[in-house]
Amino acid sequence: MDANRSSRRRFLKQTAALAGVATGAGLAVRGQSAQAQHLHGELPRRGARYTIDHMTHYTPLQDYAGIITPAPLHFMQQHSSEFPEIDVQQHRVTIHGLVDRPLSFTVEELKRLPSVSRIHFLECHGNSSPAIHGAGDPNLGLPVQFIHGMTSCSEWTGVPLSVLLKEAGLQKEASWLVSEGGDAGKFSHTLPLAKAMEDVIVAYGQNGEPLRVEQGYPIRLVVPGWEAPFSVKYLRHVKVVDQPYMAWNESMNHSVTRPDLRDKARWYHFQFGPKSVITRPSAGLEMFGRGYVQITGLAWSGAGVVSKVEVSTDGGRSWKEAKRHAPVLPRAHTRFTFDWAWDGQEAVIQSRCTDEAGEVQPSLAELSKNWGMHLEDWKKTPRPRAIHFNAIQPWKIARDGSISDVLFA
Amino acid sequence: MSCSLKFLLPAMILAVPMAALAQSQPRIYPNLGTPLSPAEIQSFDRMIGPEGKELPPGRGTAKEGEAIFAKRCEICHGKGKNEENGLLRSLVIGSPGKPYRGAFYGEERNGPSYYPYATIAWDYINRAMPVTDPGSLTPNEVYALVAFLYYRNGIIQENDVMDEKTLPKVEMPNRNGFVPAVPVYPPEKKPSWY
Repeated sequence: MDANRSSRRRFLKQTAALAGVATGAGLAVRGQSAQAQHLHGELPRRGARYTIDHMTHYTPLQDYAGIITPAPLHFMQQHSSEFPEIDVQQHRVTIHGLVDRPLSFTVEELKRLPSVSRIHFLECHGNSSPAIHGAGDPNLGLPVQFIHGMTSCSEWTGVPLSVLLKEAGLQKEASWLVSEGGDAGKFSHTLPLAKAMEDVIVAYGQNGEPLRVEQGYPIRLVVPGWEAPFSVKYLRHVKVVDQPYMAWNESMNHSVTRPDLRDKARWYHFQFGPKSVITRPSAGLEMFGRGYVQITGLAWSGAGVVSKVEVSTDGGRSWKEAKRHAPVLPRAHTRFTFDWAWDGQEAVIQSRCTDEAGEVQPSLAELSKNWGMHLEDWKKTPRPRAIHFNAIQPWKIARDGSISDVLFA
Repeated sequence: MSCSLKFLLPAMILAVPMAALAQSQPRIYPNLGTPLSPAEIQSFDRMIGPEGKELPPGRGTAKEGEAIFAKRCEICHGKGKNEENGLLRSLVIGSPGKPYRGAFYGEERNGPSYYPYATIAWDYINRAMPVTDPGSLTPNEVYALVAFLYYRNGIIQENDVMDEKTLPKVEMPNRNGFVPAVPVYPPEKKPSWY
């Protein structure tokens, strides 16, 4: 064994102890991946992955009904190996930079300001990544949870960020913000001022309760319809600036190199496109015999309201409109259902979302064409990196009732 | 008068920048929130923009950085003499005097060679590293670590000193590797999502 490996093992042990993670021999054997057993009193959970510098929870889309994700099942990407322990009495949110009156607000003061409650999805820009299709891991839930479960939808309550910015008084050079969280790594992100003035919420409530620690207790940003990293958790500082401030993740994690751009990287996408997925039946579940089955799933778009959801049960040859269930809200998950009778034969089912901007969720072939890629490119190992991946998701039902993911088949 | 204002107003709103909407008006909720003094702001303002205006005084060289890296970083990032172990694989692409000029598709993106501005690695190391004790490095140590990484990536010379003046001027080899070249909002391309 080389010295490097033994030092890594020592580090793993140290970090595990720091984070309160119960460790086993498996931790080191599996490199940097470990299934935590107890973390800040949380019970072990399926659909959670904890690594040395990162913790992830996946929403079990196959099991939840309606459009509201229960707070403890909301997806999470924590760029740290532990949750911050923040004293709510001491916590402050500051507004400074290019403002006339730099201000600091206590959590209690934020709660006394005029509030809004709005239902919005949050989604990781890496959700549905081609890299994780087919990479089954029994700890990570069914494929729809593991592949698409980094999107969730909640009722968020808080103060419009525009209220705080107006209180501080913006100077005329102001055009962007940069926000900083109170987690160990001080997660930061840039935000265009125009969006901040439009609909961004400085949130303290989720689904009727205070934010949970995984979701940024006591205060987080909610930036509707945009890549979730904009929605900085444990919000502490908002600095008003005159240009994008280029936090490390903005160029690295949130850009992707593409052949159609002559190998340059697309960055600053901001808003998500139209997207949907059938959550039942879906890969990993089974059909219980032929006859009536309700197909159900979720559709959403960063552009606003989902105006149409269609379902195909014949591999995309024909499409019929699905029923969208109220409430159908802008930048929120929309529940859809579709009545179907399975004849016991092989079938491929999939859904397609159209949003109020008239944009239609692309097939893998259409998306590949937009990006200057060929379908064969997706068969490489590892698959090409992609973010903002909103291709139509086909599930294949076999005659024995088993269901599989055939997006890249 | 009120009539002509009505017609003028939409044009005026279009003509003034967004900031004007919230600018120079008296406070609506003056009983809430506490004014911050410049000294208070200085005590927590660690956000570093691409021009490096907020960089604290300090200096460091690649040689100093190598020693600090061994002490604080290599436990995770590996020892960096060859490609067999961590450093070269994860943080270094290219070599002294020869910055990487290829496309960044996979692992190539991991290190500071990918960043468009020299300040980004400084800011990230300063706020988030080492993962076990973020924020514990001094400005001199961060300048030295950045010098070490940029030297090994072929971005600066071995004896170049990194300080609050020189760092923002370092030309990153991938500066022109992004579309759009400078982030713009609203985005140019429609639909914006692909």
